[in-house]
Amino acid sequence: MPLVDIQHLVCEIHGKRILQDLTLPIVEQEIHALLGANGSGKSTLAYVLMGCQGFAPTSGLMTFKGKDLGPLPMFERARLGMTLAWQEPARFEGMTVSQYIRIGKPDIDPAPYLTRVGLSPDTYGNRLVDTSLSGGERKRIELAAVLAMKPLFAILDEPTAGIDMLSVQDMMHVIRSFKEGGASVLLITHQETIALMADHASQLCGGRVIASGNPKDIADQYKKGSCVRCDGERCIPLTIAR
Amino acid sequence: MRELKILTDTFQSLGGDPEVFQDRHIAHMAASGHRLVSQREIPGITIDAQETGDGITNTIIIEKGKRIELPIHLCLGITEKAGIQRIQTRLVIEEGASASFLAHCLFPFVESGEHRMDATIEIKEGAHVRYHESHYQGTHGGMVVVPKAIIAVGPGAQYFSDFSLVKGRVGQLNIDYVVQVDTSAVAELTSKVFGRESDSIHIKEKMVLAGEYAKGLIKTRVALEHDAQGEMTGIMEAHAKGARGHVDCREIIKDRAVGRAIPIVEVTHPEAKVTHEAAIGTVDKKELETLMAHGLDPEQATELIVSGMLQ
Repeated sequence: MPLVDIQHLVCEIHGKRILQDLTLPIVEQEIHALLGANGSGKSTLAYVLMGCQGFAPTSGLMTFKGKDLGPLPMFERARLGMTLAWQEPARFEGMTVSQYIRIGKPDIDPAPYLTRVGLSPDTYGNRLVDTSLSGGERKRIELAAVLAMKPLFAILDEPTAGIDMLSVQDMMHVIRSFKEGGASVLLITHQETIALMADHASQLCGGRVIASGNPKDIADQYKKGSCVRCDGERCIPLTIAR
Repeated sequence: MRELKILTDTFQSLGGDPEVFQDRHIAHMAASGHRLVSQREIPGITIDAQETGDGITNTIIIEKGKRIELPIHLCLGITEKAGIQRIQTRLVIEEGASASFLAHCLFPFVESGEHRMDATIEIKEGAHVRYHESHYQGTHGGMVVVPKAIIAVGPGAQYFSDFSLVKGRVGQLNIDYVVQVDTSAVAELTSKVFGRESDSIHIKEKMVLAGEYAKGLIKTRVALEHDAQGEMTGIMEAHAKGARGHVDCREIIKDRAVGRAIPIVEVTHPEAKVTHEAAIGTVDKKELETLMAHGLDPEQATELIVSGMLQ
């Protein structure tokens, strides 16, 4: 049984269908890359999965460890072991980085998690998680906080966007460490090079999964741009063997 | 002395160290109602405080060029269930001097009381001042607090003030500050208030950037719940070349609370610039959901966001 099972998911927002009959199983200890162009529905899927306000599914089923996620509010999904690292994480006035990493886990030491994402605990522990941080720093701190949660399933929305080129490899190592810790990852990206680190990949277009299989094959297909500009109506779903 | 002990005990219960009033290296002045209960001068500081029958007047002067390393503590309060305190203060920070003030305004048992402060603060050329004022006004909501200040920040001087009333009840608060900022000087006013039940909060802060390259910030953070009401008026004027000002008001409201923000900006020089931002309403959805994705329920997340904003 998949850890996360999404079946025939439909999501309409303001009368527009963003996700269309989307089916996506994610198994345990798998890094599953989700490739797609801007507007293909990647982030919407993340918000629907996590239960964000305004992103309730119109129809379809989502389960986590066999449990129907539909009736569960966001924080209960998190308490089951799911979490989401936003593409642009929120900023908080008056909250230090250490306090942020300790949310819900007051006894942990934030230092090793900061070190894992390449930030010095001495320099960053007492800084505020506010607008004084750069976008890249904030994303690293978000990854550190998600690591500290020890989730079973982490949705990482564009985790390497805004990270300098030299550090992308480090971030990929961090993403792998989720799997080494026993977690599964839904790795949302529009960079095919990032998707190559995954165990499995799917391509999203017009709110549908149009291809699913080996990351290299999916990345190659995505790179050709065959679906980048389509509206989801002309896509021919293609399944590549796992 | 009984009043001093009540004030210092309250100060300690709020996390303060009462030893600062015993330390001979730390200047302080303490007043309960209209009685002066303690004061200490140290080299570089002159404190002239008088009981006038219907209030207290005091003049504190930091001498030219003196750098006062340890904060000067001002402990003001009412130790009974009812009372009035009127304070007239004059602070003079002479040329090139620097000092920080910690004002503790404590009204722990007051059911019906009034605290009025009329202050003039003169920060001379090149001087540097930090003024932190924290209030605790008990749980009855019977205090009326009216702090007024006229502050002149001289050329190249710096003034940073921080007003905080986030524990217990507010009662009625009417802040009225006016700051005049001279050439190349910097001024920042920060106010943080948490209103509950029927509390009424009015904060009016005006900053006039009169000198070239003067810089100013008015920052207000208010949380309101139950039936509390708040109105924040931030006025920023810029009248000289290179002056830069910003008004930043954020209010989080819950329940039946009502918040208003009135930013007024006026610029009379083509090379000056003033900006403002105001946000009133419930907690930011993304902040809330980010914390909920970490397992906090909505109430826990809201509490954390509000306490961070008022930190």
